[in-house]
Amino acid sequence: MSENILEVKNLRAYYDILKGQVKAVDNVTFNLKNGEILGLAGESGCGKSTLASTFISRKKPLKYISGEVDLVGNKIMKMSEKEFKKLRLRTISLIPQYALDAFSPTKKIKTYIADLAGQHGIKTNKKFFDKVKERLDLVNLDESVLNRYSIELSGGMKQRVIMVISTILDPEFLIADEITSALDVSSQRFVATMLANLRDLGIIKSAIFITHDLSILYQIADRIMIMYAGNFAEIGPTDEIVANPRHPYTRALIDSLPKVGIQYKDKRLSGIEGTPPHLLDIEEGCRFRQRCPYAINKCEENPEREQVAEGHYVSCWRWKELGSDLSGQK
Amino acid sequence: MAKNKDVIMSVKNLSKVFKSGILNPEYTVAAKDISFDIEKGKIISLIGESGSGKTTVGKLILKLIEVSEGEIIYKGKNISKINDKEETQQYYRRVQGIFQDPFATFNPLYRVDRVFDLIFDSFDLGFEDKDQAIRDALYDVNLNPDRTLGKFPHQLSGGQLQRLLIARALLMDVDILIADELISMLDASTRIGVLNLLVESCKKHGMAVIFITHDLNLGYYISDKSLIMYKGRLVERGDTKKIYENATHPYTQMLFEAVPEIGERWDPDEEFLPEQIVNDVQKFYKENAGKGFVEIEEDHSVLFSDK
Ligand SMILES: Nc1ncnc2c1ncn2[C@@H]1O[C@H](COP(=O)(O)OP(=O)(O)OP(=O)(O)O)[C@@H](O)[C@H]1O
Ligand SMILES: Nc1ncnc2c1ncn2[C@@H]1O[C@H](COP(=O)(O)OP(=O)(O)O)[C@@H](O)[C@H]1O
Ligand code: SF4
Ligand SMILES: [Mg+2]
Ligand SMILES: [Mg+2]
Repeated sequence: MSENILEVKNLRAYYDILKGQVKAVDNVTFNLKNGEILGLAGESGCGKSTLASTFISRKKPLKYISGEVDLVGNKIMKMSEKEFKKLRLRTISLIPQYALDAFSPTKKIKTYIADLAGQHGIKTNKKFFDKVKERLDLVNLDESVLNRYSIELSGGMKQRVIMVISTILDPEFLIADEITSALDVSSQRFVATMLANLRDLGIIKSAIFITHDLSILYQIADRIMIMYAGNFAEIGPTDEIVANPRHPYTRALIDSLPKVGIQYKDKRLSGIEGTPPHLLDIEEGCRFRQRCPYAINKCEENPEREQVAEGHYVSCWRWKELGSDLSGQK
Repeated sequence: MAKNKDVIMSVKNLSKVFKSGILNPEYTVAAKDISFDIEKGKIISLIGESGSGKTTVGKLILKLIEVSEGEIIYKGKNISKINDKEETQQYYRRVQGIFQDPFATFNPLYRVDRVFDLIFDSFDLGFEDKDQAIRDALYDVNLNPDRTLGKFPHQLSGGQLQRLLIARALLMDVDILIADELISMLDASTRIGVLNLLVESCKKHGMAVIFITHDLNLGYYISDKSLIMYKGRLVERGDTKKIYENATHPYTQMLFEAVPEIGERWDPDEEFLPEQIVNDVQKFYKENAGKGFVEIEEDHSVLFSDK
């Protein structure tokens, strides 16, 4: 395989809890192309972080149910823990949501980095730290941060340290989960741009950038994938998704975003009534149907994933007939 | 500054210095020399990065912390001088806050109705039919009373809990509502509903809102006036549109440049470093030394130098 770094087919992963099964990733299919930054967006609880964990660390109660994941030739769902460990940081690397909170205030940044590298069996010799310094420079951090404690660094600076370590072995595939969410706008811009730079410099090949904030994805993502309540909703080139969304949920999500230049007095934006369904033992059917203005009886069945155009897919029974109804600025 | 009869509160040269440690006390200037007016029925957004002093200003107005310098005048009276129980009660009858995390406001062991019981216990709100008043207020915020009352907090969503708190403010008929990161926990699709509701309530009931946020897009959407804070200072103040069209303080300019928007991409050729802003601001203050806080056009003022 050359064109795709990652191929995900009908992936299902549920949380097996006492009360039943939380179907947090349910029938998700997509490819990540070589060189691509794929943005993953959707409301809180729609399964973004679960999808990331499914690739990397399925800890109880999260359980892989079915489907295939091919990461540069490795069938990672079928691999043993031991085999998979060899891929970590080298082929696949994850920046988890809340990674910022994981810094210990009593440790120097240098110690933090050394510990982490140790866990992955990397020798923390001079050569290693030379490379760390080189990369710190890349993210505009002075090497003196190594001797500082995490409380002395701002959130944005810590996030940059995390990015440096996560990519130190030039992984082919990076998953960045909400890396901008806790940051001020200035750091958001820097960190998001950095992700694209890492790709441009060839340090990483491809990335999935997870965030609930579509406006940041618009800035750097080549394609955007939208999830809703554990299901795949739509994927497509960024400009297509924004200008010609095919899924009613994508449309509604875009319409609900305020932006500078639009005031309530002049133009009242609309949200989506209601909240997403609970994923515990959820039954068949399009999961958006309780909130969807276009729902029909057919929507009681699971919508199929269909191709709209090259690289653009949608799961909605009515995408063809709704067509231009959903296009353009609302 | 607005000099009209609609002004219901005036914040004048307000400062707050926190002291921590006893032997070697450290001082944090969380807010310094902040002045603005609050007008009836208007929404003011208070925008700034984390640690810039937004919550501090909110807490000072709510009398949750003591003023270090300056004054807050409400109905002709400096609120720091309000000490006796009855007067304090009267003040809270009209000035209320809703904070960041709605779940923290609700005791998980009690049904959500308790937030209403508490205000009826503390204040004489003058309703003949208390239950009907609560139901009306819930309808006002698009909540179905039958599906809301009697529930425990975990049975409602964050957005519903925040609506409930807005309903409470409406019921109390407050003059001023301080909303600190009110909707930051909510998803895009639900938060716009809460925002719209807030504006509509404001206009309908003549309630003024201080909308504290770090999100420029939201602040712009909702407010008539804006206050931009940077490192404890009020750096730009005035009509929201004017600030946008004619952003003058380097921090405000940076905010508008960095804010991500759909339909407009960041300039890829521009080198953007968060650290740069500190220098830019210092340079700006130096170039304009001695100028201070200046009104550059009607209802638009800028901090040109910090001394
Ligand atoms: N009780 C306190 N004791 C000491 N310092 C404090 C206290 N409360 C706030 N500060 C400091 O005052 C400054 C302003 O804090 P404040 O909470 O007002 O910021 P903010 O603008 O609301 O930030 P955020 O966006 O993170 O909520 C910060 O430097 C903070 O650390
Ligand atoms: N450890 C867990 N046990 C049970 N359910 C969980 C657990 N972690 C997450 N979930 C549920 O899985 C769904 C998806 O969660 P998550 O992947 O964290 O969403 P997102 O990252 O999109 O906000 C939610 O319904 C959430 O409540
Ligand atoms: S499948 Fe039906 S309910 Fe689901 S998004 Fe399409 S029209 Fe709406
Ligand atoms: Mg998440
Ligand atoms: Mg705050």
